[in-house]
Amino acid sequence: MTDTNALEKTVGPTPELDELNSFFWSSGADGQLRMQYCEDCQYWQHPPSVCCRKCLGEEITAKPMSGTGTVAAITVNRMPWMPGLKIPYLLVIIELDEQAGLRLTSAMPNAEPGSVSIGDRVKVFFEQREDVWMPFFELQ
Amino acid sequence: MANIFSEKQCVISGIGQSEIGRRLPRNGLQLTVDAVKQALDDAGLSRSDIDGVSSWPGQMQHAAPGFSPVSITDLREAMDLKLSWYNAGIESTQMSAIINACMAVASGQARHVICFRTMTEASSMAKGTRSSVQGTGSQRISGPFQWQLPFGAFSASSWVAMVASRYMHEFGATREQLGQIAVNARSNAMLNERAVYRDPLSLDDYLASRMISDPLCLYDCDVPIDGSTVIIISHKDCAADLKSKAIHIEAIGGPLYGRDSWDQQDDLTRFGAEDAGKMLWSRTDFKPKDVDFAELYDGFSFLTLLWLEGLGFCGRGEAAAFVEGGQRIARDGELPLASHGGQLSAGRTHGLGYFHEAVKQLRGEAGNHQLSGERKLAVVSNGGGNLSGAALLRSD
Repeated sequence: MTDTNALEKTVGPTPELDELNSFFWSSGADGQLRMQYCEDCQYWQHPPSVCCRKCLGEEITAKPMSGTGTVAAITVNRMPWMPGLKIPYLLVIIELDEQAGLRLTSAMPNAEPGSVSIGDRVKVFFEQREDVWMPFFELQ
Repeated sequence: MANIFSEKQCVISGIGQSEIGRRLPRNGLQLTVDAVKQALDDAGLSRSDIDGVSSWPGQMQHAAPGFSPVSITDLREAMDLKLSWYNAGIESTQMSAIINACMAVASGQARHVICFRTMTEASSMAKGTRSSVQGTGSQRISGPFQWQLPFGAFSASSWVAMVASRYMHEFGATREQLGQIAVNARSNAMLNERAVYRDPLSLDDYLASRMISDPLCLYDCDVPIDGSTVIIISHKDCAADLKSKAIHIEAIGGPLYGRDSWDQQDDLTRFGAEDAGKMLWSRTDFKPKDVDFAELYDGFSFLTLLWLEGLGFCGRGEAAAFVEGGQRIARDGELPLASHGGQLSAGRTHGLGYFHEAVKQLRGEAGNHQLSGERKLAVVSNGGGNLSGAALLRSD
């Protein structure tokens, strides 16, 4: 577990919470990542929606996840798009272990550019930004 | 193929384009009127002939300054147009201005439709606002952007770069191969006096340029401009009465079959190009091998690779090898690309510029950058991510 207090906080806008996304963005309050899961289809989906996109049933719950996955895609952003942004930094698309094709775009703020590759195993950690817990990733 | 596809009733009757520049003294509406006047003159139509206007994405000056500064109402009022039909909106594919105009003409809602796309991104950037980058203010983020901007993925350069990294990982594509898209565009732009960037660009220059979002460098990204492009769609019955040669719409489509997302697609590295290709070729008897040249979307060089595959010019995962060395896509190659310099070097006219260029080439009116030989059939594509549209244009 990373001691995020010891690290420099990231800079970026905060998501607007609504009835669909609140569970996702506040999920990290107890250290766990959650996404919507349909028990009938045994299907994970993201982003959150009002029904299961396979069976259209509404029995979808915010289910805790392992928080582990694999780097599916990666870039190093080198542009200072906003004041206070510390460049360069790593952006990633993580394929989560729960289901093939279930992915989350995120960042790896603690990792040096060049130290992470596609295929690397990662785990989630959270950084609180106002009432939101940002799910970032680090190498396992 | 049977005439059941309504776009076959339609022609491009006129084209117009304002001055295109990095920062122009004319505002968006002035540039649009410039382009409309030129297109009317090109077609031999008067403004009283125009009974339809179609655009995408509609005016959004507040949300994204410079990205789409002119509304249909602005243009209608400025030129006192009498409209039977008009439409613009962002919840549609990038090519929808043309697709919708074809449907309106084929169904009789309108006979001559002005399609326009106006950008003043260069002037907006000079004032400190960059429309292609959002979420850098203090406002909270809702809607689809909440899944990218809070993490620091502010720009399409990073969204496309991640997919490009995956593509390179899966298929072994290299920067040397990708660079051929940018180098080819520049060599064509050097012949086009209207292109924004005309200095020579070698592969070494490309490889040495600064990275924006790895693996994309400066020359992989298109260039924001001020300018307006107008395409007039008319019923083919009027073709004989036009001042310029009518160009036929053989097939067109802008589907959305996959997830409307940058990270949840079944296959991360296909985007919507393949779906647009499937739809396009289902509406015509022509095949990819019949195409004489292609104006493929190059908002980022990498998108052109996906269009080459999606439209069937090469197999899956073969696009980087297809462009290697640059000969095949050069103006004297088997499939010339970006004959005017593309958005990479001629400027981000954001979709309609490719139609303008394809019509010029099909008429044989491209001047210094006219391709050699007779060019009768062209593919135009628009879009990246899951925004995708493709059109097949023919000269006879």
